[in-house]
Order: sequence, then C-alpha cells, then structure tokens
Amino acid sequence: MGESTGASIRSHCIGTTAVVYASDYLNKLTGEKIERECRKQLDGGCRALVINFSDTELVNSIGISILLGIIDIAERNGAQLIFSDLNTQTIELFQMLGLTRHVLLARDEEEALTVLTSYTTQTSTVGH
Amino acid sequence: MQPSTQKLIHSFAALADLGQEVANPGDFNDMVRTSLHLLLGTLAIRRGAVVECAGSDDDLGCVAVWGLGHNYEQSLRLDSPEREAFLNGHSLELGTEQHNHAFTGFLTRFGPKLRQQAIELVSPMVVQGKLTGLVLLGGKATGEPFSAGDLEVVRAMVRHIGVGINAHRLLVQVEQRAEENRRLYEDLRAIYRDTVRAFAAAIDIKDKYTQGHSERVGKYSEIIAREMGWDDEQAEGIAIAGYLHDIGKLVVERDIINAPYKIDAKSSNELNRHPVAGYEILAPIQHPYADIPLMARYHHERLDGRGYPDGLRGDQIPLGAKIVALADSFDAMTTDRPYRRRCAFPDVIQDFRRNTGSQFDPKVVAALCRALLKEIRGETRERRILKMLGKDYINSDQAIPALLELLAELDWEPHSVAAGGAQG
Repeated sequence: MGESTGASIRSHCIGTTAVVYASDYLNKLTGEKIERECRKQLDGGCRALVINFSDTELVNSIGISILLGIIDIAERNGAQLIFSDLNTQTIELFQMLGLTRHVLLARDEEEALTVLTSYTTQTSTVGH
Repeated sequence: MQPSTQKLIHSFAALADLGQEVANPGDFNDMVRTSLHLLLGTLAIRRGAVVECAGSDDDLGCVAVWGLGHNYEQSLRLDSPEREAFLNGHSLELGTEQHNHAFTGFLTRFGPKLRQQAIELVSPMVVQGKLTGLVLLGGKATGEPFSAGDLEVVRAMVRHIGVGINAHRLLVQVEQRAEENRRLYEDLRAIYRDTVRAFAAAIDIKDKYTQGHSERVGKYSEIIAREMGWDDEQAEGIAIAGYLHDIGKLVVERDIINAPYKIDAKSSNELNRHPVAGYEILAPIQHPYADIPLMARYHHERLDGRGYPDGLRGDQIPLGAKIVALADSFDAMTTDRPYRRRCAFPDVIQDFRRNTGSQFDPKVVAALCRALLKEIRGETRERRILKMLGKDYINSDQAIPALLELLAELDWEPHSVAAGGAQG
C-alpha cells in the first residue's frame, strides 16, 4: 500500500484502487488539487477511485464543477468512481444537483472498497 | 432543509463568489474560467464555454472552456437577426423545438455543431446595451431541462461574467491610454528640454564672452542639487532653472552685456534688471518643473539681504535660487571675462570662504565642495565638473586639502556625504 500527500491532498493506493481524501472545504484551490491527484492516479494505472469526504464540511459551486469534471475523467478512462463518508448536507446537495446519477455513494471507505472489490455489473447507488 | 431552499442558498453563495471573482483585477483568463466554473457548478452543468466578441462585434472567439476538451475552439459569427435577439436578452435553448424566428439562421449555421457538442443553452452577455459575448452551456447533471428558475440564475450569473469581461476591457483601454499619455508626456518633456537648451544657447550667443555659461550653470546646479539629495525630477528642474537663469539678458542692450570694461552705475542698473525681466518672461509659461521663474528672479539675492532685485534675506530665498546663485558665481569665477582672466582655484576657495554666510548658503557651498572632492578623488563615474573646468585647472594635491579645510570650517562631517534635503 503506497501513500502520498500529493501537494497537501492525502491519498493512498490499494491495488488498482486509489483513495483520495478531500479537504474540509472543497473550493477552487482544493478542488483542483483533488482533480490533479485523481488524474495522476489514473495515469499511474489505477482503475478505480474513491474520494473520501470525511473531512469535508462544505462544497461550493466550483467544487461541484470540478467533481463533475472528475466524473467525466473517470468515465473517459473507464474507471469506477465512488464518493464515501459524505455528511448529510453534502449528500442532499449532490442529490439535488444530480451528481448521484453519475457516481456511487458509499457510507464509508470500507464499504466503498468492498463494493469495488465485488463490483462487476452493479450500477445502482449503494448505501444512503 | 427543503431542496428549493437549499438550491437557493447554493445559488446565492455562487453569486456572491462570482461577484468577488469578477471584481478581482488579476489574470483575465483565470477570472473568466473561474466564473464559468462557478456558473456550471451552480446548476451542475457538465460542460460550457464563454465566447467573447472580438474585434468586430459580430465575431466571437472562445475565452474559457470546461468539459469540452482542451483543444475546443468555437468561432461564431453573428448575423443581424440573432444579434438583435441576443442584444434584447433572449437566450437560445437548443433542446426545445420552438425557437425565436430570429435564431433560424444561427441554428442553420451552428445548430448541428453545437448539438454535437451537447450544448443546450446559449445565453447572451449584454452590458450597457452592448453584446459582450455568449455563454454556451451543456445539460444539467440531473438530465432535466432548464427550469424557469434555472434560466433566471443563468441570466444573473451570465450578466455578472459580462460585467467582469467589460470591466477588463475598460481597464485595458485605460492602461493603453495611460501608456500613450506617458509617452506623449515624455515627448513633450524632451521637446521642452530641447527648447530650453536652444534658449540657453540664444542667451549665451548675445554675450560673446560667456558662451556656454547658461548650460554650465544648469549642469553645476544639477550636480549641487543631486549632492544635496534632490531626486531626479527636482534635479532636472534645477538644471532647467540654471539654463534659463539669465534669460532676462535678452532684453538688456548687447553693448552693456559685452562691455570690455567694468560698466558704470547706469549700465549696471540696466544689467541688474535682468532677473526681473527673466521672471516676467518665464512666469506666464507652464513649466513641468516647480519654481523656474522664481529661481531666475532670485539668483542674484544674497543671504545678508544686499542682493537684488528684492533684497531677500536668508530663508526668504528659495533653496533652488541659492543653488543657481552659487553655480552662477562659480562659473563666473572659473571662466575668463572681458575685463579679467579667470580666478585660480585657490582664489575660488578663498572667495567661498569670504562670502559663505553673507552671499552664499553654507549647505550649498558644502555640497559643491563635496561633489568636487569626489570627482578629484575619482569616486564618481563621470567627472562633470572637472570636464567643464578644463584640463589642468585643478591641482589635486592642493585642491583636496583646501576643500577639506573649507568643508571643516563649514561644519561638514567627512562621513555625512549625502547631507541636506530637497526643497523648492
């Protein structure tokens, strides 16, 4: 298991799955760092991404836009993407804006990794 | 929280962020890109672009893009009908069947390409009655069509982006004009300096024995001023004052100026009119430097009040006039005159010693002595004073102790080389 902070964004790899940790406020600066980290992991051979939002309290509009961009990147690379550890407010926001139509949500990182391990044809939202 | 309330709060927060972003005078492309990001994130739109009216108002070029690929290019050309419709604030929804007729031509030309790029909405940026550009938006992540509320949010945010782009354009124009004005101002100053030099030459031509006097006084004055800590602007100003200090001689009879003997009282009175005449010539002119006419008027005043034309004393005399006065006397002493040869340098020092405090200001004399000392010792890049005095005029072995002695008498401390400050 390798671990890096990727210019203040924490991440680690488990096999071909990368877990990237979002910061407390997902805005332009931190969003772009997460996007870069996701690209780096995919370019490095990862086939699945988990973005862990356990530290995230707030996501602003640019954060939403960047997350949509990450969804696009994952789709283009044929990689699976799961968001985990979201607080209620963020879940409601993602549902309201339709992000949940394009990405799976998991209760926590462990559930996300389990889903990815067993994931074959599943496309519906898990958890929540 | 109700979804509608949450959506409203999300939109308000985005609008507040957008307001801050467009008011940021930083990098233009970054501002537009971030603004587009904010708009897309507000409604979770997956792709979009901002195209700006460039050159002609009918040609639009891409300035920011998101979700359409890095190499995305979009050039649009507007014809009159759609241009009018956009100017009137109408958006174009490509996803709906019914369209404003004004967009028929636009849809024929660009519709297929825009649909291929999954663009669903084209919203105009109109600022102060002018079309600034268009914002092209893809579909929402929900897959739902744009609601009336969504369109209102888009309109408000697009207007903000338009204001930001327009403000940037105005800033660029203002900067260009400021740069043009700066260049014009520099040109005018150069013309002014050349004109002043021409005047100085004209003044000196009238006096066949003092050719080059005005120019030398200008240069000595500048050197003294810089030694006293004056900045470039002030030093340039005092040089001009030096060039023009004798301009009043243009109205004095040539025979009096060129008399090869000491002139009588009547002629002396006539000659002594020249500071006031100079002031009267220079006062109506708007000079780019301060107090040029006053320096011409007062360059024959003395600290003890025995000078002319106004008999000013001490601090009543502007420092600039005191500098020109010393420069004038120094040049008079160090050049040949019709009725005498120039003074030897020790005699000049002696004259300074005798007249400092009564005729000359001690700080000004000290500044000239320091400047001279530095040149003799080779501490300056140029030897401007020595060049004007001519080869072999100064014997450094004698001059250095003489200057140091005089400076000591003037209470000058050897380490306080840049003493004194600028005054008008």
